[in-house]
Amino acid sequence: MTTWIAATALLSHWRRRPLQLGALLLGLALATALWSGVQAINAEARASYARAAAVLDQNGLAHLVSSNGRPISQSAFVRLRRAGWKVSPVLEGEYRFGATRLRVIGIDPLTMPAETQTVDLGNAEDLLSFITPPGTLVVSPETAEKIRGQTGLALRVSDRMLNGAAFIDIGMAQRLLRRDGELSRIVIAENQRPGLEPLGKLVPTLSVREPNAQTDVEHLTESLHLNLTAFGFLAFAVGLLIVYSTIGLAFEQRRPTFRTLRCLGVSLRGLAVLLLTELVLFAVAAGAVGVAIGYLVASLLLPGVAATIEGLYGASVPGTLSLRPEWWVSGFAIAVAGTLVSSAQSLLRLMRMPLLAAAQPQAWGRSSEKGRRFQVLAAAALLALSGALLLWADGLQAGFGVLGCLLLGAALLLPAVLSGFLTLMQRTSSHALVTWFWADARQQLPGLSLALMALLLALAANVGVGTMVSSFRLTFVGWLDQRLAAELYVAARNEGEADRLRAWLATKVESVLPISSVDAEIRGQSMQIFGVVDDPTYRKHWPLIVGMPDVWDQVASGKGVLVNEQFWRRERLRIGDKLDLASDWKAAVVGVYSDYGNPKGQVIAGINALTSRYRHVSRLRYGLRVPPDQVADLRSNLSDEFGLPPENILDQAALKEQSRRIFDRTFLVTGALNIFTLGVAALAMFSSLLTLSEMRLPQLAPVWATGVTRRELALLELLRTLVLWLATFIAALPLGLALAWVLLAVVNVEAFGWRLPMYIFPYEWIRLGLVALAAAVVSVFIPLRRLAGLAPAELLKVFADER
Amino acid sequence: MVAESYICVIVLILAAMVIALRNLRKSYGTAEGRLEVLRGINLDLSAGDRIALTGESGSGKSTLLHLVAGLDRPDSGEIVIGGRDISKLNERERAAYRRTEVGVVFQQFNLVPSLDVAANIAFHAKLAGRHDTEWENELVERLGIGALLTRFPEQLSTGQQQRVAIGRTLAARPGLMLADEPTGNLDEANGDAVLELMLSLSKGTGSTLLLVTHSQRLADRLDRQVHLRSGKLE
Repeated sequence: MTTWIAATALLSHWRRRPLQLGALLLGLALATALWSGVQAINAEARASYARAAAVLDQNGLAHLVSSNGRPISQSAFVRLRRAGWKVSPVLEGEYRFGATRLRVIGIDPLTMPAETQTVDLGNAEDLLSFITPPGTLVVSPETAEKIRGQTGLALRVSDRMLNGAAFIDIGMAQRLLRRDGELSRIVIAENQRPGLEPLGKLVPTLSVREPNAQTDVEHLTESLHLNLTAFGFLAFAVGLLIVYSTIGLAFEQRRPTFRTLRCLGVSLRGLAVLLLTELVLFAVAAGAVGVAIGYLVASLLLPGVAATIEGLYGASVPGTLSLRPEWWVSGFAIAVAGTLVSSAQSLLRLMRMPLLAAAQPQAWGRSSEKGRRFQVLAAAALLALSGALLLWADGLQAGFGVLGCLLLGAALLLPAVLSGFLTLMQRTSSHALVTWFWADARQQLPGLSLALMALLLALAANVGVGTMVSSFRLTFVGWLDQRLAAELYVAARNEGEADRLRAWLATKVESVLPISSVDAEIRGQSMQIFGVVDDPTYRKHWPLIVGMPDVWDQVASGKGVLVNEQFWRRERLRIGDKLDLASDWKAAVVGVYSDYGNPKGQVIAGINALTSRYRHVSRLRYGLRVPPDQVADLRSNLSDEFGLPPENILDQAALKEQSRRIFDRTFLVTGALNIFTLGVAALAMFSSLLTLSEMRLPQLAPVWATGVTRRELALLELLRTLVLWLATFIAALPLGLALAWVLLAVVNVEAFGWRLPMYIFPYEWIRLGLVALAAAVVSVFIPLRRLAGLAPAELLKVFADER
Repeated sequence: MVAESYICVIVLILAAMVIALRNLRKSYGTAEGRLEVLRGINLDLSAGDRIALTGESGSGKSTLLHLVAGLDRPDSGEIVIGGRDISKLNERERAAYRRTEVGVVFQQFNLVPSLDVAANIAFHAKLAGRHDTEWENELVERLGIGALLTRFPEQLSTGQQQRVAIGRTLAARPGLMLADEPTGNLDEANGDAVLELMLSLSKGTGSTLLLVTHSQRLADRLDRQVHLRSGKLE
């Protein structure tokens, strides 16, 4: 009963301050929402990679792969089976069914280890139709819809299959891909008989690739997920700042209640338990709302993230979200943990508060001189650490470490910088009201500093990420102009059609640029080798970063090759370094080109050198150089002559538009998270201003009494908020640019392998500034309205004997 | 020439400072209904008068003071100061009145917490356009707060805060000086000292002084006394 009465007294605080309670719950719910939303997206994507790896790559098992990059001979598989090894062959390649290109995976269902359960061929009839002509393609329902009517193969739909991939019998695959007698890899079953002849002796040209806990795609996409997590965490931290400040204020305001309750016999322990229970209940309630909003946020963002992952990494992630119980648990856990962390300081203060301590609330948020000094020292240490990591550490984690230390250090430094600025302004002003304006702004600073720090982080993230994306876009568009130099791109549906196409084109265009490539393993990395003809187009347009003076002659002669930037950086290559491109093919690196949007390494060699080493190279796609005014005619002639569908004839403008669209869609998520973070920061500002406005009367009443109207006071309040906002915005600009530089020069290089030039976009700052200004005005609106409409009686209470 | 004009303005303000309260009424809404705090107050003050307003707690002393200070409006009646009814002024005009013609010393002192002592003392005078460094220095010396000029209100004792509050009011040389229980938070010795200072300084500046107190002992030291009981003057 005593507990219930005490709890009622404590809870009455919130009944009298519903806006404060709203700010607390909303802050907590938003923090949880953004965090759990991002986690949900990451979990969905990771689950998708794992499913893809398990189904398509059998990544739970060891594989035999070629150690020289050349295809594996089928005889190696036969040799292993005869020696008693339980192995199964796999051949992979790309094949176009009409306009749809699929990753075709040829398997042998009879020898495939049962644990992979790649294709469910449960009965003899299914098995028979799979391995006997015309053969069966096992595809996802979406893929089946796309290629229906485009192939003579039977289609079998499986929900376990991923979009863009198809299983087929290995014999059919070899015929389809024109790779008779070749294998891509050999899967090794887990349980082998003892005493078998070692693999090294049986197949010396093959090497064993152990099962990998992390799939290739997972490894590649790690940076993106780390990026999302970092954003989610930033938003969570910004949200927690609201919670921290609201709880801190509520504890201060309830000091008299705490003292009274303790005087009336409620133990300190009992009081602490009551407050903890109250906080946990709030956390659970806000957590539930937060997880629900998080689910909504994730559902809205997931299609964008899926598009990003597909665009950047070629990995397929479903655009829909499945509800996983672990989110609910982790959402609640993060809400409760966040609340407890935010309230730890207040709870500790309560535990240390003597029974007879002053019941009046202390000046809320007023930090001691010692505390401020400590904050500046911590900021300096973090900034120094950021510099040290930048200079001496490598890797993606170090890159994010640089970012984290930079942001946190700058945020901690902000109150001291603003305080210095306000002191300077106060000292240089002589008018009484102006002097008071600056002095009062400085006095408000401790109470607003958390919100301003949140605003700084959100603005800097916006400036930094915006600069990075815009720099990337500008570079990307310029790069597209260089890279997509051909006016028309055409793809034949099969090699026969390609032969006819080449012959037909010979007299109709200025030049035909084959787009041929093979998959190869170079320096242990799976990558593509493209073959190019010697054509002025490349000499004029190709986006070279560095190269020898006679780079294109070297490439044409087959002695030299070009490598893409990511491979160049990853392998720390230098011009002149030799690469083993096949067992009998070595070539020197003679140039480096930029290759944005491609996660893998790439090599460009002369087409003759490539085709002489790789017989099976596909020759289906071509770039065509024609005078621009003839593009439309050629396109229509191609369509009439060969009956090619529109998807197989793309003009330069359409391709560029498509690439730009993919690019913009890729960064849609980043933009959305930026807006969310700014929204949370605005809420933090609103919450702080609202709570401060409740304790402003003793500060404003004396000024009002000496002849300043309420309207003037309200205007000064607005001006004060805008000055602090503007100062924070100005501080956010260099921080945002530093953030952009780290993203472009450190994180991108580590994550993607390319470094981008940095451009400055002042108009974007103005736009962001206006958005943030609108947020600041909205955040100050209610407190201001409250002040402007304050009855003189309220102000008079300040002067009364008994308040 | 400038000094002469300045003195002329001060003299005119002081001369005009004749206060007439006519049938002043004020009530507040409470949980039990309207509470009539002032029920028809009539009072005349001449320039330079030093009057004590006494009465029990809740008799309406502070309310009357707030009305005269232009901090609040009466329900009815007139507050004629210098020939003008300040209860009819709009908010802007009342703010100008508070800024230039009246100075209030509150019981809670109500210093501006973000300004140091020196800035607090100069604050009202600067707003009123009567900032005079020499006069402020003299006040600081007479109030004995020279060592406190760089401190902030929260760093001062109650007595020190009260001295600063008086200094702030006097620095602006208001024609009318109002004080609401200015010694209520002080012990007897300090209270006496503060009152002595106020009387001597207001006499020096020629200000009219209306001092609210429930202490008969303090009231006896002023020129005239009026007693307020249940919202009416006796």
